[in-house]
Amino acid sequence: MPLVNKAGRIVDDPYIRALDDAPIPDGVPVLVPGARFLADAPELVAREAPIGVLWPNDRRVAELEPWLGNLSLIALSFPKFRDGRAYSQARLLRERYGFRRELRATGEILRDQFQFLLRAGFDSFEVKKPDDARVFAEAAARFSVFYQPSADGRVPALRRRLQAASAIPVREAVH
Amino acid sequence: MYIYDDLDRTLVTERVAEFRDQVARRLSGELTEDEFKPLRLMNGVYLQLHAYMLRTSIPYGTLSSAQLRMLAHVARRYDRGYGHFTTRQNIQYHWIKLEELPDAMADFASVGMHGMQTSGNCVRNITTDQWAGVAPDEIEDPRIWAEIVRQHVTLHPEFSFLPRKFKIAVGASSHDRAALRIHDLALRLHRNGAGETGFEVMVGGGLGRTPYLAKTIKSFLHTRDVLSYVEAILRTYNSFGRRDNIYKARIKILVHELGAEAFAKEVETEWQSIKDGPLALDPAVFDEIAGRFRYPAYARLDDNPNALAHARRSDPLFDAWMGNSVANHKLPGYAIVTLSLKPEGGTPGDATAEQMDAIADLADRYSFGEIRVGHEQNLCLPHVAQRDLPELWRALDAIGVATPNVGLVSDIISCPGLDYCSLANTRSIPIAQEITRRFHDRDLARELGRLHINISGCINACGHHHVGHIGILGVEKNGEEFFQITLGGKADEDAKLGTLIGPAVPYAQVADVVEDIAAAYIELRERPDELFIDTVKRTGVEPFKERVYAAR
Repeated sequence: MPLVNKAGRIVDDPYIRALDDAPIPDGVPVLVPGARFLADAPELVAREAPIGVLWPNDRRVAELEPWLGNLSLIALSFPKFRDGRAYSQARLLRERYGFRRELRATGEILRDQFQFLLRAGFDSFEVKKPDDARVFAEAAARFSVFYQPSADGRVPALRRRLQAASAIPVREAVH
Repeated sequence: MYIYDDLDRTLVTERVAEFRDQVARRLSGELTEDEFKPLRLMNGVYLQLHAYMLRTSIPYGTLSSAQLRMLAHVARRYDRGYGHFTTRQNIQYHWIKLEELPDAMADFASVGMHGMQTSGNCVRNITTDQWAGVAPDEIEDPRIWAEIVRQHVTLHPEFSFLPRKFKIAVGASSHDRAALRIHDLALRLHRNGAGETGFEVMVGGGLGRTPYLAKTIKSFLHTRDVLSYVEAILRTYNSFGRRDNIYKARIKILVHELGAEAFAKEVETEWQSIKDGPLALDPAVFDEIAGRFRYPAYARLDDNPNALAHARRSDPLFDAWMGNSVANHKLPGYAIVTLSLKPEGGTPGDATAEQMDAIADLADRYSFGEIRVGHEQNLCLPHVAQRDLPELWRALDAIGVATPNVGLVSDIISCPGLDYCSLANTRSIPIAQEITRRFHDRDLARELGRLHINISGCINACGHHHVGHIGILGVEKNGEEFFQITLGGKADEDAKLGTLIGPAVPYAQVADVVEDIAAAYIELRERPDELFIDTVKRTGVEPFKERVYAAR
């Protein structure tokens, strides 16, 4: 599964996944499941290497709040394309808890989600199909108009209109 | 009318390009049907029994004549010459080819229309009163709020993959013509004691196999907070709504399982952390949207002009239509005209391309180029000068949309049923057609008065059978079509779910049963002006039940 960064480049994943009771290697970035992280958090954040957490989509991200300053990566999960809980988790992490480091989308990630994911605050993507990974930049630029404010900080249409109104009049056509 | 600007147009055009790419990937096999399904659904494309079906939204039920002509064009060019108006201010085409869908959508986009979010697990087309902006009992035009919310939830990055579909309705009148209580979320604009306008917020209504009426979780929400509060509700639902069972995934189940109070508390906590953020509505933003609604340049006219009174006296057919299909407008000298899409033996809600073109022309001539679509599957001309009514009536009658049965026994709401739909257990259109034939006698229909019959061909309840005065639900028993009958449902400001009267009856007996119920009502009512629904309320369903099952 190719890992794509926000710029659309396919990159190597520096993180080693240490699921459940797999041993945690020294000195390299590791990604551990949420339950394991919370069980051993003080020890895990004291390691001399980056630590990431693979957070399930049915637990409140508020539980991670005390550790956000120590985490270099949070990977959220889309077990199915149509399961959208992690969009809410991402926005909360970005907008409410101020998490600024890598936020990764994992699971069933297709090109048709890229723009939603970017807007919700994700900045890396484990893409299911290599073809989708290759067209990331194009798919992510599919839309240029956005109606609502979100984690990407884009100016929503409602605001753009007000700005436009004070500059050039908006062209109208009656249907 | 809301006038699209460059931003609205750009977004719709970009959406068509995206869908064109998705269809191409599906046709080349790059996308599996499983992967394509949620994508096509979010553009209003279903795979039905015989073909793909395209659903296009008519936001808050308002159409320009140019848009209605486009609906006719799509019916002719890509379908079989007709379209079906639904109970949620959408139009459906049942015979579209997958490879032509992007072109049909591009045609819609050219007049500012689209099928975005008319299906799938996202926020659906936002509906309202079809008389918005012209109803005498309205405190403010609810379409401005519907448009503000519509924009906010369109391609929303957080709420496009909800547990299940999410339907919002907005109302602003004392009389509820938008069926607010059967929506996932309903916003009712009203004034508080201080004279400020705000919303009553109702959540968790819905029909289907577990019907609930929406519960009020906030009695007065300041209008400035509407977007943040809607966002808080959607976030709570997205995070905690059930995803393990499709039949328990609607917000009504979450509200029911948590309890309305606990749900409201969860929403309140979420809302407190976002209410003063970027979603707090700036009055300038409201003004900008409100400013792009165009209202007709009405003339100063008097009510009941002489010519009208004369026409009513001299032509009993015109008089009957006037009494039935014409309602009061908020301005003197004008009227709201309902066009019945329920002719005897017809399919409720269907209109041909020729009818749509003709109605568009009549709208240009008599209604400032505007047409409305209501949840009862009829159309409206909302701004007709009363003096024009006799002429308009002749023109409407000539194209078959002046049946004087609005609100009467043959004004039936029906889903497409097994004639089109792959989910249906039974047919529903032929049941509706047979009932209209049984009650074709106009004196009998008038004698029966206001009586709403709603028919669904399966438990998904697209025909709103739970809230019909008489509800008819198709079920399958050992491979045969049977129908359950409920009485006493209603979807207005005093909404209520109907009560089942007894065992399901076979297909061939449904119209007989409706006739028995009608006859029982005539006998049971206390006075001629006691409406059917009021008789049922007073007597309960027992006497009707006895009448129906005594002979069976």
